[in-house]
Amino acid sequence: MIVFDGVSHDYGGGALFRDASLRLEGGSFHFLTGPSGAGKSTLLKLCYGELLPSSGKITLMGQDRSTMTRDQLAEARQRIGVVHQDCQFLDHLSVAQNVGLPMTATGRRLLDTDLHDLLGWVGLADRAEALPPTLSGGERQRAALARAVIAAPSLLLADEPTGNLDWEMSQRLLLLMLELNRMGTAVLIATHDLNLIRFAKAHANARVLRISGRKLTLAGAEL
Amino acid sequence: MSTGAISGLVVPRSGQSVWLVVCSAAAMAFLAVFVLALAASSAQLARGWEAQLAETATIRISAPPEDMEMQTALVLEVLRTTPGIADSRVMDTAEQAALLEVWLGPDLPLDTLPMPRLIELRETPEGPDRQGLRLRLSAEAPGAVYDDHTRWRRPLVQAAARLQGVALVALLLIGGVTCAIIALAASASLASNGQVIKVLRLVGARDRFIAAAFVKRISQLAVLGAGGGTALAMAVLWALPELGGAAAHMAGIGFDGAEWLWPLLVPPVAMGLAFLSSLATAFHVLRGVT
Repeated sequence: MIVFDGVSHDYGGGALFRDASLRLEGGSFHFLTGPSGAGKSTLLKLCYGELLPSSGKITLMGQDRSTMTRDQLAEARQRIGVVHQDCQFLDHLSVAQNVGLPMTATGRRLLDTDLHDLLGWVGLADRAEALPPTLSGGERQRAALARAVIAAPSLLLADEPTGNLDWEMSQRLLLLMLELNRMGTAVLIATHDLNLIRFAKAHANARVLRISGRKLTLAGAEL
Repeated sequence: MSTGAISGLVVPRSGQSVWLVVCSAAAMAFLAVFVLALAASSAQLARGWEAQLAETATIRISAPPEDMEMQTALVLEVLRTTPGIADSRVMDTAEQAALLEVWLGPDLPLDTLPMPRLIELRETPEGPDRQGLRLRLSAEAPGAVYDDHTRWRRPLVQAAARLQGVALVALLLIGGVTCAIIALAASASLASNGQVIKVLRLVGARDRFIAAAFVKRISQLAVLGAGGGTALAMAVLWALPELGGAAAHMAGIGFDGAEWLWPLLVPPVAMGLAFLSSLATAFHVLRGVT
């Protein structure tokens, strides 16, 4: 699904990480950890093609990212659900319209019942017609996760998806991601939350990647 | 919600580019309607002058007072026997005074002036043999001069045709300026809605969906503005005071009958121009946005 082969990424003269290799297969579940500023968000952006590597090769949905056209990249992104740290909504559209956007903006059919079931699952059924600026931080993250999963993506990328949520809601959303994973979706979650990682490892074969010292490594079993 | 419906919603309805598109489309439509009115009026003028002058002619008799009646009778007889002349009549003093009043004012003492006699004649559609008529008149009544208005008609009709050409050039310029302004507005709209583009790309929308959303919005605004500008221009033309007499021929501007339908073409044409220019701009801008 996604293969990094010797990927390096530089930011304004400094190397964020070097020679990173990674393979995300369908049905895999990974966490991505590391200190702040280590490059977790950058690695996720490389995964969904927003950034190009400084060197090395990224294969995205079977295609070399460096030679993909914009249409090919759009097609690949239709199979990827992304939860941004800052969520990123269209502030003039309702929560329901934002959550349904991956379907409606790509010509796919969206059933109202599916949309409302999902909003109910993330606890936003009564906020469906609200505008994003009126949502709390936790509500925004739940809406972002709902938008990321509504199209049943092959790959789910989430950047600190539970950062503003209480433990109960964090577990609930993680269960949703685990359920998707059981159905074949590959999941990669960037997080600092060790409780979340432990909870996931108790329910699935989750592996932990760590960026540290400009290197991407598979973390040991201590977690 | 369908793809078509969301396409009309993803671009916010506010922003400076909204007013730029609406106001510029309104102004350009207003100007376009006036230029159309100018073209219509010049066409009316050309047709009117052509028709009025083509089938009438004048014979002017300049002769000593004692010969005037005799030469007038001779000319009338020549006209009566010339094929292609429908009828003829001598203009009376009051009619001649009315002709000169435009230039010399009222209460003109024509009796004290050495005025030529004027004979107005109406030609059949086939018209007379003008050269033959001139020869007969010079032989029968040496003081008679036949004037078929050609030297007036030709430059007037040419002037009207040139006015129509000027109107066409003005319309092309208006269309070009409209395209440029819409392209500018589309570019500004895309630049100020970077977040919209970013989110749409994040969820896998293709460039053609994003471009269509902006084009749809801009085309709607252009139609709205052009509709308003057209309606205002039509109202102004409708309210213009009607000019009578010679002034109507020289300064009247407006539409006649079915010509009032012409301005209704302005909003759809504006929408077409907005569609094409914003589409080209949108794809150009999106190509440059990663």
